[in-house]
Amino acid sequence: MAVLATLLLVFREVLEAALVVGIVASATRGVASRARWIGSGIALGIAGAVMVATFAGWIADALSGSGQEWFNATGLLAAVAMIGWHVVWMSKHGRELATQMQSVGRDVTSGARPMTALMAVVAIAVLREGSEIVLFGYGLLAGGSSVPALMLGALLGLVAGVALGVLIYFGLLKIPVRHFFGATNTLLVLLAAGMAASAAGFLAQADVLQRWTQPLWNSGWLLSEDSLAGRTLHVLIGYTAQPSGMQLLFYVATLVLLMVGMRLVSAAAAKPSRSALQPPVAT
Amino acid sequence: MLRVGLMALLAVAPMAAGAADVPEFTLTIQDHRFSPAEMTIPADTKVKLIVVNKDATAEEFESHELNREKVVTGNASINVYIGPLKAGRYPYFGDFHQDTAQGTLIAR
Repeated sequence: MAVLATLLLVFREVLEAALVVGIVASATRGVASRARWIGSGIALGIAGAVMVATFAGWIADALSGSGQEWFNATGLLAAVAMIGWHVVWMSKHGRELATQMQSVGRDVTSGARPMTALMAVVAIAVLREGSEIVLFGYGLLAGGSSVPALMLGALLGLVAGVALGVLIYFGLLKIPVRHFFGATNTLLVLLAAGMAASAAGFLAQADVLQRWTQPLWNSGWLLSEDSLAGRTLHVLIGYTAQPSGMQLLFYVATLVLLMVGMRLVSAAAAKPSRSALQPPVAT
Repeated sequence: MLRVGLMALLAVAPMAAGAADVPEFTLTIQDHRFSPAEMTIPADTKVKLIVVNKDATAEEFESHELNREKVVTGNASINVYIGPLKAGRYPYFGDFHQDTAQGTLIAR
């Protein structure tokens, strides 16, 4: 029993983090040092998860009982800002990267690429999901479940969750280089929009955001958030069966902000590169 | 650009006012079960749900229908603001013990 319960919980939480890591890993294709950055993000996230789980009671009681919501909302919005920084940077430099990758066919240096931003995104995702696994594990241990059963369940859940992250990574790598960074940037923007909508949910739960808290519609009959597809889409594009008006506002505002930011930066970058700064690229 | 936008968004959003007149309802967790497992709350009204965990281990109050998730540690309680909800049934569960921790809020 403990094996199955652990497997399912660990799988659900790992899946969410693994999808984020999978997207970040593919978006940083070609960066020689990316394994180190992503690995550091995962390690920081795990360390943070243990700390957050240990101090969960204190966090929950902080800020007159809304510490947990503030913690989640702040983490999510920080991740949104980091993703924003990265995609805007990429819209300036993505074309050079794609051209280099096509012509040279091997790793390019990261240059001034904001890898710290993506490391933070990975760390925040692992921390948020990981802290739930740790709390759940503490509970089972305190309840007298056997350690081998827990380890077996956790290991199976971890493998299954990571497998789906790996799957999305290799799936994304199949996108032709010409469209690759456009595709991964789009995925990152949708990921950020979904995170912003989740943050709005947490702030409504804490009664910080008080307006437009009613669900606008219910698409649960079409796709349940409990299903694997529902969960996956929840992470990837922020799918929510019953979103509130405020969540929709946060979602759309993030999409618009990031897309306008990318458009402006890439338009500004296109002008000087056509002059003497860079030799024209043969087509 | 992005940060300015986010700040503007947060500034436009209404901030917390006094929440003194919000009706309160209490759910208790014991032996990884919610009681009452079915509770009626007023529809079209914001309510404050107090989840009291009498177990020694943590639980996560979660509901997709309510769009809510919050961890409650052992022997502790949390507040979760809900609604205003349209009349209907809103199931919720304890994420850490889904086989037993199930319940429904009925907005009427």
